[in-house]
Amino acid sequence: MPDHIVKAYDKELESLGRKIAEMGGIAEKMLSDAMDALIDFDTRLAQATVDSDPRLDLLQRDIEEQAILTIARRQPMAVDLREIIATIRISGDLERIGDLAKNIAKRAIKLAGEMHIPRATIGLRSMHESAAMLLKEVLDAYAERDAEGARAVWIHDADLNALEDSVFRDLLTFMMEDPRNISFCTHLLYVSKNIERIGDHATNIAETVVYLVTGETLPMDRPKGRTTLSEAPTRVV
Amino acid sequence: MNDVSNLKPAPEADSAATISAEMPAQEAESRATISAGLPAQEPAPEADPPAKILADAISNLEQKVTVRNLNFYYGDSLALKNVSLPLCAKKVTAFIGPSGCGKSTLLRVLNRMYDLYPKQRAEGEVLLDGVNILRPEQDLNLLRARVGMVFQKPTPFPMSIHDNIAFGLKLYEKLPKSELADRVEAALKRAALWDEVKDKLYASGLSLSGGQQQRLCIARTVALQPEVILLDEPCSALDPISTSKVEETIDELKENYTIAIVTHNMQQAARVSDHTAFMYLGELIEFGITAQVFTSPEKKQTQNYITGRFG
Repeated sequence: MPDHIVKAYDKELESLGRKIAEMGGIAEKMLSDAMDALIDFDTRLAQATVDSDPRLDLLQRDIEEQAILTIARRQPMAVDLREIIATIRISGDLERIGDLAKNIAKRAIKLAGEMHIPRATIGLRSMHESAAMLLKEVLDAYAERDAEGARAVWIHDADLNALEDSVFRDLLTFMMEDPRNISFCTHLLYVSKNIERIGDHATNIAETVVYLVTGETLPMDRPKGRTTLSEAPTRVV
Repeated sequence: MNDVSNLKPAPEADSAATISAEMPAQEAESRATISAGLPAQEPAPEADPPAKILADAISNLEQKVTVRNLNFYYGDSLALKNVSLPLCAKKVTAFIGPSGCGKSTLLRVLNRMYDLYPKQRAEGEVLLDGVNILRPEQDLNLLRARVGMVFQKPTPFPMSIHDNIAFGLKLYEKLPKSELADRVEAALKRAALWDEVKDKLYASGLSLSGGQQQRLCIARTVALQPEVILLDEPCSALDPISTSKVEETIDELKENYTIAIVTHNMQQAARVSDHTAFMYLGELIEFGITAQVFTSPEKKQTQNYITGRFG
């Protein structure tokens, strides 16, 4: 695509894209640090994660302000319009992902040293890997304007939801085995919920990327259960 | 209405403004149902790219005007190249494109304005309610009463506001004085000008502001109760408030008239029109529903133009 005749317009759009990338990086690190803090009982890392959340909030507000100014100034059309709407939506999703990671870090502080059954966290680690992969892939898809990559994320969120179900059952079992497990297992339930929500936000970002690139929206019904790639929507972009 | 025997698109022998000899006699009805009750014919062969966009919603609409394979020449220079598109009834169709793309030329074919100039000629068909207005027997005065035009620069007659409107009415109809006054009032109301001029109907048309003059020209056009109104950059010379008033008028007018508007202002095209045609160097590049064209155009060229990447 050629550049805009007015160069400042291109600069504004590029700046928005860079800020999204920055938000994405912070969110990814927050998630990874929060889970490490949980598994390793590292309260210092957990606190550092909590402390990095305000930076994400500031970035989100900055992006929104800049996007609104660009709309007022440039009256964007077509792909530019979709681009700017996309940054507003994605910045909101990334800010929520940051909040969810912060909540995981807070739980890590509460739980520090309390973990009775290390194997209780195995399921969570799988969930974390899955969610971190979804987040990375959707941010890559956004950076490369790759609708197919975004669609793949949209589908694979179903795997994360299935993992959450099995973690739920495991934690219930531990709680039934021994009432002393109830407290920390309940905390872990919240953590698993947070990770599952992060996956949902990654899916939202994926839907936005598809809309940005193609101008079309994905179907209303996301695959909810475990799914194979053959069930993917086959519409060609 | 015009002679029904002219509905069948048989190739005609004589003058310049006729169907070109290459067109098959069985011109297929490629797009919409046409209200003039043409007999159903075979489906069209492979549609040109713009026509595919018409396939969904637009093809269900009644076409007031159908342009078919229109080629237009200024002398030997081909200014419009095989343009085909519909003006759907009671819809606003906007024409956008860079300078020299042919949009004003196209507009002027729709009421045969080019007939005033010897070296200009059109080939192809322009069907108004199914009847080809490019045919030599077409009565041009009647055509221009059915298809009115408003120009970029307001052109009020050097007469009173009342007479500006009554002038055309007197030419075409024999009206008693009271009915004439009613028609003048109705026209001024239609153009959203009545409240501003009702106490000074006998002041000169030239004493009005630019925006008011333009609405006077619109009133003059609608007084004759045309079926189609052509607007050639009607707001280019107007300030933002007058522009808004004209746009509001267009919104109200489209309940009763089919409207075509040429505009340089993309936002205006996006605001006022239902369908948009993007033209470039005499060709129709894309035709579609306005909401679609401005959020998700099909062609890269269209996107480049409307986003300001045309360079």
